[in-house]
Amino acid sequence: MTLEELEQIARDVHRENGEFDYQINVCTDLACASHGSDSVREALAAAAQATGKNVLIRKTGCMGPCSSGPMVRVDPAGTLYHRVPTSSAAKIIESLGSAPVAELQCDLNDHFDSQVRVVLENSGYIDPEKIDDYIERDGYKALVQALTEMEPADVVREVTEAGLRGRGGGGYPTGLKWSTVSKAVGDIKYVICNGDEGDPGAFMDRSVMEGDPHRVLEGMALAAFAVGASQGYIYVRAEYPVAVARLTTAIREARRRGLLGSNICNTPFTFDVEVRLGAGAFVCGEETALIASIEGKRGTPKPRPPYPAVSGLWRKPTLINNVETYANIAPIIRNGSKWFHDMGSERSKGTKVFALSGRIRNTGLIEVPLGITLREIIDRIGGGVPEGHTFKAVQTGGPSGGCIPAEMLNLGVSYDALLAAGSIMGSGGMIVMDDTSCMVSIARFFVEFCMTESCGKCIPCRAGTAQMYRLLTKICNGEATMEDLNLLVDLCETVKETSLCGLGMTAPNPVLSTLKYFRNEYIDHIVNKRCTAGVCKIGQVEEVMA
Amino acid sequence: MSKLSLATVWLDGCSGCHMSFLDLDERLLALAEHVDVVYSPLVDAKVFPDDVDIALVEGAVASVDDEKKIREIRAHTKTLIAMGDCAVTGNVPSMRNPIGPDPILERAYLQNASTQQQIPCVVVPKLLKIVRPIHEFVKVDVYLPGCPPSANTFHSALMALITGQPLDVSALTRFGA
Amino acid sequence: MSSTVDIKTLVIDGKEVSARAGQTILEVARENGIEIPTLCHLDGLSDVGACRLCVVEVKGNHKLFPACVTSIFEGMEVTTQTDRLKKHRRTILELLFTERNHICSVCVSNGHCELQTLGQSQGLTHVRLPYRNPNLPVDASNERFTVDHNRCILCTRCVRVCAEVEGAHVWDVMGRGINSMVITDLNEPWGESSCTRCGKCVQVCPTGALFDKGKVGNSHPKHPDFLPYLNMMREAK
Repeated sequence: MTLEELEQIARDVHRENGEFDYQINVCTDLACASHGSDSVREALAAAAQATGKNVLIRKTGCMGPCSSGPMVRVDPAGTLYHRVPTSSAAKIIESLGSAPVAELQCDLNDHFDSQVRVVLENSGYIDPEKIDDYIERDGYKALVQALTEMEPADVVREVTEAGLRGRGGGGYPTGLKWSTVSKAVGDIKYVICNGDEGDPGAFMDRSVMEGDPHRVLEGMALAAFAVGASQGYIYVRAEYPVAVARLTTAIREARRRGLLGSNICNTPFTFDVEVRLGAGAFVCGEETALIASIEGKRGTPKPRPPYPAVSGLWRKPTLINNVETYANIAPIIRNGSKWFHDMGSERSKGTKVFALSGRIRNTGLIEVPLGITLREIIDRIGGGVPEGHTFKAVQTGGPSGGCIPAEMLNLGVSYDALLAAGSIMGSGGMIVMDDTSCMVSIARFFVEFCMTESCGKCIPCRAGTAQMYRLLTKICNGEATMEDLNLLVDLCETVKETSLCGLGMTAPNPVLSTLKYFRNEYIDHIVNKRCTAGVCKIGQVEEVMA
Repeated sequence: MSKLSLATVWLDGCSGCHMSFLDLDERLLALAEHVDVVYSPLVDAKVFPDDVDIALVEGAVASVDDEKKIREIRAHTKTLIAMGDCAVTGNVPSMRNPIGPDPILERAYLQNASTQQQIPCVVVPKLLKIVRPIHEFVKVDVYLPGCPPSANTFHSALMALITGQPLDVSALTRFGA
Repeated sequence: MSSTVDIKTLVIDGKEVSARAGQTILEVARENGIEIPTLCHLDGLSDVGACRLCVVEVKGNHKLFPACVTSIFEGMEVTTQTDRLKKHRRTILELLFTERNHICSVCVSNGHCELQTLGQSQGLTHVRLPYRNPNLPVDASNERFTVDHNRCILCTRCVRVCAEVEGAHVWDVMGRGINSMVITDLNEPWGESSCTRCGKCVQVCPTGALFDKGKVGNSHPKHPDFLPYLNMMREAK
């Protein structure tokens, strides 16, 4: 494959697409599919055939506003329809060439206007099972360019200068990690893509893998070239069967096009990727546990150092990044580090994909430049909390994160600002809560999650989360004393400071942050035996867990 | 100097702590110089006095009666000492906790009884679902673990309390000692 | 034959000590008579850093470091006994005592149990947390040994000695989090497993979870010290 060949494919696809008068894109991502988008697509195809109109009907990945599914976009006009029932298919086809179907049209300008799409630039525009669709939108250009025109060190430098930080949650500078692995000594090196997305309320990585799988592969290939690896693994949780299928198809197509395999682009660079399935343990998102799992061992974390960059998969130097991190690589190489560096805030560059959910009007997948305020995300993009309710808090970072109260909504979203507020960026889950949410039971929910997902290796996390859960249950049931609250805080400190891996170290965060900003709710439960949100049924309680 | 009042109490335990206390032997006489035993299974008093300086409580809280007693004792005691592992940890009485009281009662009063097979329901207090150490019910001032704590432990601990000297319990005893 | 050894100097609890590069804080501390509490560590086995009792403070870093798996470096300043560390160690011990059913008074290891001894040395006179009282099995199917899960603290010494020293890998861990259990083979009864009956696991078990059926009462301390000797003789062969 050469750059010319790649561009020829892009031109061919462009021409073929241009032969159609209309292109109708139907989102077939999970949320839309669960509302019947597949039958909508079939009905559209049948209706198009019946009328004889020259229409291309394409199934795409996520378009974003998941709560409004099934989503349909008609190009070239860009008309967006939401909540499209199968019965409207004929009407949509009929309307082509005349006025759009008014009752299906949605006004989501506010929702889309504040967003900047880098990672999601193709999602909703391409058929994820067609490599040529990806190539038509500049796909694999970065890889071919890098292989033919750049040295590995140049790729590392571009990524470093872009200021990209790990999108899996930790925010470690990606360029620094790459340069460490590139300098590590080893006959074999590996690159791993962490697709074990497990935070409650997070579905960014799934949508990327399902909607634009080649973007992940290209990012991994660039990484492999940069650090000198020849084998890659994508670790995806088995609960994402569509992602697994799309990635498997993508790998096969990329091999067929000579973009994976031996001597890619007639260079000495050889790289191939395998998909490995996770069996559903949340802790396998932790890098050392993930590596153990790929090796076929029990997925438990190991103390670091040694870091995977030095001794990772099968004790070889290993680069491990998150799906979204890899998804950012190709555009950085294609557009240059400066382009990326110009987006975002001072120490958090680029964009971030968030999965917006909870008590908010427009739930779904969004991508925003870092530095944007929480208020803009929630009020403008999210459309605010449902009518008649007041915003209470937003939870970021999943079970490792914390809750941020209303008075801090002007906070610019960045790694450092969220950390300072007692939460973390995390992988991108963003759960909005209003006056119907009880912060104590929210904390209890997340602690329960950490308790059941603890691997059991180290004591503070294994037994500490179980005791924390018990104390929180006691508070929710209105049976706790102030002494119990002090004990809870004490326990949080030990679990946070002494746990072996990130899961345990951050498990107390939801408790500590709700205690920091919503202490009155705890006191209300303990002293007044009252839950203002009406969530906890004090007085009519179940047994405290044994 | 007036003597301190000392009470000893027997909740759900084997009385081994009281036996070990009696192992103070001749040192009991020296102790008697400082304290009056105002309530104990070893003396005749039937009612817990209103104002007790030191109470040594043996045994875990296993029945509604134990719970009532320990709250009453706490209300009338200056320094409450959890005496022995049952009071401190639940110990042997708490071994029924994983299965609950019903299988225990059934085994004792139905399966193993040769005559009069019935689970007692009058006079005897109702068992709590879970046997718990006394500090889960009331505030405890001093913990003396051990099964039982040795006579030396009692001696050192009581003399320290009486004379107001610092007390390092871990140097004296441990769980199961 | 000439060999160069890279020697580092560091300070542990105010005491200046020297060490070979690559040694752990725990090794160096113990060589110099500085006691750091441990449970999952055992001389002669690989370290897993699981019990977190050996956490120490390193100057210039707010994070705590497990001494058993942290390598020393030149100029390192380590503190092993601070109020913060003592508090964490006590809380960890409390978590262990409440996690399962540790009734010292009736245990075969009463008097020589590492958990019990640590409880005493760390000044634990009672446990503030509620006891969990889980209902756990006892497997006495092996003709020689018994495993009582009520007393297991999941230190995985048995797993490691079986895999690393005996080479049988009969023991492993099943389940997740608070429901984790050590198992023999694929959770078959110990007596029906591929166990070689060597008894190493019993000797390295820090509590009374694994014990020898042939010995009655609690006057039979365990002898894990065969391990360093065995390893030394194997290396010498």
